Amino acid sequence: MELHTINHLRELEAESIFVIREVAAQFENPVMLFSGGKDSIVMFFLARKAFFPAKVPFPLMHIDTGHNFEETISYRDDLAEKTGTKMIVKYVQDSIDNGRAVEEKGVNASRNVLQTVTLLDAIEEMKFDCAMGGGRRDEEKARAKERFFSHRDEFGQWDPKNQRPELWNLFNGKKHIGEHFRVFPISNWTEMDVWQYILMENIPMPSLYFTHEREVFCRDGVWLATAPFMQLKPGEKAEVKRIRCRTIGDITCTGVALSEANTLEEIIQEVAASRVTERGGRADDKRSEAAMEDRKKEGYF
Amino acid sequence: MIDNKIAGLSGKEIGYLDMELLRFTTAGSVDDGKSTLIGRLLYDSKAIFEDQMEAIERASISRGGEEVNLALLTDGLRAEREQGITIDVAYRYFATPKRKFIIADTPGHIQYTRNMVTGASTANAAVILIDARNGVIEQTRRHAYIAALLQIPHVVVCVNKMDLVEFSQEVFEAIKKDFTEVAHKLGNNDVNFIPISAKLGDNVVDPSQHMDWYIGPTFIGLMETIPVGGDHNFSDPRFPVQYVIRPQSDQYHDYRGYAGRVAGGIFRVGQEVVALPGGQKTTIEGIDLGEQTLPIAFPPQSVTLRLAHEIDISRGSMIVDAVNQPVQGQEIDLMVCWLNSKPLQHRGKYLLKHTSNEMKCVVTEVAYKVNINTLEEIHDDTTIGLNEIAKISIKTTRPIFYDSYKKNRETGSLILIDEGTNNVVGAGMIL
Ligand SMILES: Nc1nc2c(ncn2[C@@H]2O[C@H](COP(=O)(O)OP(=O)(O)O)[C@@H](O)[C@H]2O)c(=O)[nH]1
Ligand SMILES: [Mg+2]
Repeated sequence: MELHTINHLRELEAESIFVIREVAAQFENPVMLFSGGKDSIVMFFLARKAFFPAKVPFPLMHIDTGHNFEETISYRDDLAEKTGTKMIVKYVQDSIDNGRAVEEKGVNASRNVLQTVTLLDAIEEMKFDCAMGGGRRDEEKARAKERFFSHRDEFGQWDPKNQRPELWNLFNGKKHIGEHFRVFPISNWTEMDVWQYILMENIPMPSLYFTHEREVFCRDGVWLATAPFMQLKPGEKAEVKRIRCRTIGDITCTGVALSEANTLEEIIQEVAASRVTERGGRADDKRSEAAMEDRKKEGYF
Repeated sequence: MIDNKIAGLSGKEIGYLDMELLRFTTAGSVDDGKSTLIGRLLYDSKAIFEDQMEAIERASISRGGEEVNLALLTDGLRAEREQGITIDVAYRYFATPKRKFIIADTPGHIQYTRNMVTGASTANAAVILIDARNGVIEQTRRHAYIAALLQIPHVVVCVNKMDLVEFSQEVFEAIKKDFTEVAHKLGNNDVNFIPISAKLGDNVVDPSQHMDWYIGPTFIGLMETIPVGGDHNFSDPRFPVQYVIRPQSDQYHDYRGYAGRVAGGIFRVGQEVVALPGGQKTTIEGIDLGEQTLPIAFPPQSVTLRLAHEIDISRGSMIVDAVNQPVQGQEIDLMVCWLNSKPLQHRGKYLLKHTSNEMKCVVTEVAYKVNINTLEEIHDDTTIGLNEIAKISIKTTRPIFYDSYKKNRETGSLILIDEGTNNVVGAGMIL
């Protein structure tokens, strides 16, 4: 018998394209969440491949905390313009201003958790029945149990102990009015897979992922970038270092890595040698052992 | 084996980017050491990072454990950590230079059989753990049965806790003999045996220092070399259409492509095909993947097919070889694993999903259920509850295009959905 195989990246690609096409076919009004990080960039490029030569048949949506790296915003706007994709931006600041969300206080204040309010409001307002996210199961232990098609009740909540069985490639997007789905097309990718794929496909990345000089400070063993809305604690000192981001999220809780990696190949080598997970630098996960599970139940990404 | 040109690989991909993917599922009774084995694999293959290790250490100590409990790595939900058990399928990832592995870690409790079926549905291999002190027990038979029912191409039996039986060859050989008998009866594919100690690491990643009598590969050595190329069907071309691509732009004014994932066989440019239902003949004009065009497409590739003639094709259609066609019909016999606490309703109506097709069906007969401990057919009690496996017949509202599950896991599988709750209640394998 004539046999053929494809490599692991092509197999992951095929799986993700399949899932994204299922979303387009099964839902009436889906949206793809876009954070400006590498995972959502890869997810978007997979979506382009899935529908080429047609345009991606759903909009992107960025939940903007207002606490961004500048490069994220320029990359986002550039990408939308060059690919002719609709980019919806929803602001956490608006949720705070209209009293739906309350800003955290103190030096560790972050708008990360508040994004959930803005996201759920946007889903309700714009009547999205499915929101695709770039979450990966290798990121965190609660994510390791999430389905590709993850059902949310009318309050946007996830019930991890009562998940629907998901078998073969038969994805079930059936729901009642008011409920929605979160779908994670790159569930099975690891950080390494993402970088290898970016290299293989030569996907343009924000400069933040490559080494550059930036003013940073060290908090609880994690390097964070300084920003006007970040307060230094006594004893913390801002200094200029050569760093790169391993994840890109809200600036207040995105740890950066001291690094000289300047090419995709060097990044891959660094990821291969790394002894700390990419989320090891994320203050939002350190809050408790079940921090991610608790946030996800409430409707977080 | 890897055909670079056909898979559309660039020069850069050759070398360390070029790994195969292997998906495996774990099965065993509670405390047989599944979580420990997986923790060990991740730890020894250095897929556990320092911050995760620190978190496990912290959690182990706070739970009064003396040593680091590697099981905490996979037991992700709060309830699981509190109760010290695994309650849902957890997916874990690690890679060696040869392969990337996806593990579906499934719980062994009786009430969670549905999770093993879930993990098994996409697996290339089933790893079945046996406690060397207990040997082949009822649960082991159940796991072997599910592996056979779900047609998992490879079975790896790990006889664990060898340290607790003084690394005895006799114990291992006796278990091997018992399991071989079971597997023979059930029709398991490609069965392999390894004596291990997940806790101490013997024969997991590194060869054991305590079992000179064992000359086979380590667990990881075996998993790196099990041939996965033949796990898909390469002989019967099947292409369920997922989505129709019509750009309607100036540049691609007349483009019409059928998007989907190859579910079986090999499709070539120029090949004569038929679109079901309808049965109109045409030829494949082009195969696209993004901006690339490919000469052939095979499982599990996601591609877009362009056809020579304009014919009526939409989601739910299937493009197949003109000569080699699937069965078409509305009356279907299948084995079903029931996944819901509300039992199967005789004469009940369910929503059915099969490939990209969706329709209603009615259960016309429950022939028997299987006692998964004795593997006997039970004909006088046909109440099918959670975790039970039965042979049933259904009638669909429209014909579906299918193969037997034995022939093709993609075109031979289906799910049943409860219309009231929208929950997936049954997993079906067509006979
Ligand atoms: N002595 C010994 N104990 C083991 C071995 N593998 C697992 N265990 C222990 O058996 C218990 C259950 O293991 P666990 O991995 O949680 O089992 P699971 O329920 O199958 O996931 C734990 O206390 C482990 O430390 C082994 O190879 N030898
Ligand atoms: Mg366990």
